[in-house]
Amino acid sequence: MSTAADEGNGPARPSARPSTRPPAPPLAVRSLTKRFGARAALQSVSFELESGELVGIIGPNGAGKTTLLSILAGVVAPDEGEVTVAGRDAGWVPQQPALYSKLSVTENLRLFARLEKVADPDAAVARMLAQTGLEDRAQDEVSQLSGGNQQRVNIAIGLLSEPALLLLDEPSAALDPRQRERLWEFISALGTTVVFSTHDVGEVERYANRVLLLADGELLFTGTPAQLERAVGGDPRDLEAALVAFLHQRGH
Amino acid sequence: MRWLLIKDLQILRRSPLLVGLLVVYPIAVALMIGFALSSPPGKPKVAFYNEVAPGQGTIRIGSQRLNVAGYASDLLRSIQPIRVHSQAAAIAAVRDGQALAAVVIPSDLPQQIESLVTQGFGSPTVQLYLNTRDPLERQYVDQVIQSRINQVEQDVSKQVLHVAVSDLQEVLNGGTVQILGQNVPLLGLRNARTIIAGTIASLPAASPLRVALRQVVSFADLAIQGLGFAKPVLGSIGTPLTVDETQLAGATTPTDAYAAAIAVIVSLMFVTMLLAAGMLALERSENAYGRLIRGLITPGRLLWEKIILAGGCATAVTLVMAAFMSLFVHLDWGRFELWVAALALGGVAFGALGVAIGAVAREVSAASLMAFLVSLPIAFVALVPASAVSGTVKVVLDVIAFLFPFKPALEAASNAFSATAPGIGLPLLHLALLAAAFASLAAVAMRRFTAR
Repeated sequence: MSTAADEGNGPARPSARPSTRPPAPPLAVRSLTKRFGARAALQSVSFELESGELVGIIGPNGAGKTTLLSILAGVVAPDEGEVTVAGRDAGWVPQQPALYSKLSVTENLRLFARLEKVADPDAAVARMLAQTGLEDRAQDEVSQLSGGNQQRVNIAIGLLSEPALLLLDEPSAALDPRQRERLWEFISALGTTVVFSTHDVGEVERYANRVLLLADGELLFTGTPAQLERAVGGDPRDLEAALVAFLHQRGH
Repeated sequence: MRWLLIKDLQILRRSPLLVGLLVVYPIAVALMIGFALSSPPGKPKVAFYNEVAPGQGTIRIGSQRLNVAGYASDLLRSIQPIRVHSQAAAIAAVRDGQALAAVVIPSDLPQQIESLVTQGFGSPTVQLYLNTRDPLERQYVDQVIQSRINQVEQDVSKQVLHVAVSDLQEVLNGGTVQILGQNVPLLGLRNARTIIAGTIASLPAASPLRVALRQVVSFADLAIQGLGFAKPVLGSIGTPLTVDETQLAGATTPTDAYAAAIAVIVSLMFVTMLLAAGMLALERSENAYGRLIRGLITPGRLLWEKIILAGGCATAVTLVMAAFMSLFVHLDWGRFELWVAALALGGVAFGALGVAIGAVAREVSAASLMAFLVSLPIAFVALVPASAVSGTVKVVLDVIAFLFPFKPALEAASNAFSATAPGIGLPLLHLALLAAAFASLAAVAMRRFTAR
């Protein structure tokens, strides 16, 4: 694995938001391994996050991005290794909106607030409606919302318990560019440590403080997007070109 | 169009589960229907005891003798007889389940028939003891034995009729009749008429006519006697035998209550299974399952929530249905708490089967379809009277029926509906075990909800 922590920062990126640094990292992963039959989905993956970071997991299809997020979320158990989340469990937002389409926005939020045993469910619902900007759609059935708004509710549910870490699996996958832009504005304003997976390298370039590059279950690189561009040498057009070149150099 | 056809065939080739279901299901249904329609009904095992001593089975009707004991053997044609040597042994064979029924021919049957035929009173009765598992089986055994008894009755009636007609012919045409070992000439109505006509013609009222007139008087006496017994003879021709039926063990639920129970349990099954299967699969279809089991709720509690939801809804629906049916069919409201217990536990067992199907199918539409497809054969298998099929098929049907909740739920409900039926403890225990088994199966299958 290449680590570019000591290579300095590249061009201006959205920086990690300053916050009071907790005594332990919000997330620490040690030697995570997962196999599906003979196929190794993850091979001894280790990394740590700092508080307030917005970390993008990228890699080709089948690299293990969703598997890694599912293990971090506790949905899938690893075969080996350990995951340490500081404070409460991480908030998890699956790729497809995990919502009851026949319930209203408020009913969905209230249900999960109660299941999360949030102290004041109604207050949490009101807070999330305000945060997502969906107060005027609160009584609408989720099935009547646009994909972007459904994803906002999906993320809001992940935030109900005010987790120190939010895990997003390809949050903008099914959205049009305008919806995507609004979603990232929403995520960037959360102030929570966020780990997300995506196929859109442009999103990583614009919004992530750090990149985790996976290929065939191996963590090949962790560092800023600028560090990834520099790691391939030459003058790559953009992060996407740098990613392709990097994978090529590593035989993927 | 050709390419679309090829594409669809490729898809089918790559969907072995669907293709397998499409092939196996109609074959299974066809086989079941085929068995039901073409298999000759098996002969029920019936313990048989004939108390009539050898040589004592003959009765006298008019001038002829009739061996009624010989007809008893006709009863054996449609049954698998287990010959026993006492009434107690026959009853024991029924009680311990060796035989579905016992037929006992009492020792006085010939005398009772003779008395009925010649004097118009008497009650020739065949004893029938039953130990059937449900009213359908009881009906089947009843039909088999009753049809043989009807045949015997017809044979006896035919003989009696023959005797009656023969005697009437003698009354009409004359002949000889044995009285105290001597052949006595019987004049006959026609001869009497001739004689009387002659007598009238040659009337001088002196004594030479006395002998002829005495013959007329004798004939009149005989005619009166003959007509005297002809009346009970003809009256008893229809159904001389009575069957005295005793249910020793097994279900004694009336057939109408049993039919009501079938309707209620079929509804319970459909509502519960479709609801449980669909609602569990919905958790995955809505992508909520992964979110829920992240510490919000365990998979086991999620399963039982679906089982209780489906079972509870179906129990409420079927209780209303049963209450409505009680307007037309006698259902014992005094056992209402047993209704609730039977339907609730039946709902739980069907719910567990439903979530197992939902966990296997994983998609709402597939789960609903699969629940529907599974329901029909389960009900079908449980409703085929075991005595109506041959030995091996019976064993297979029994095993299949034992593995699914329909049969015990039906038994519990039919017993609950009838005051004359036994308790429902065993079927409830059976349902509880099935519920646990199917819930465990569902829990295993549900692991695939998060598999990639």
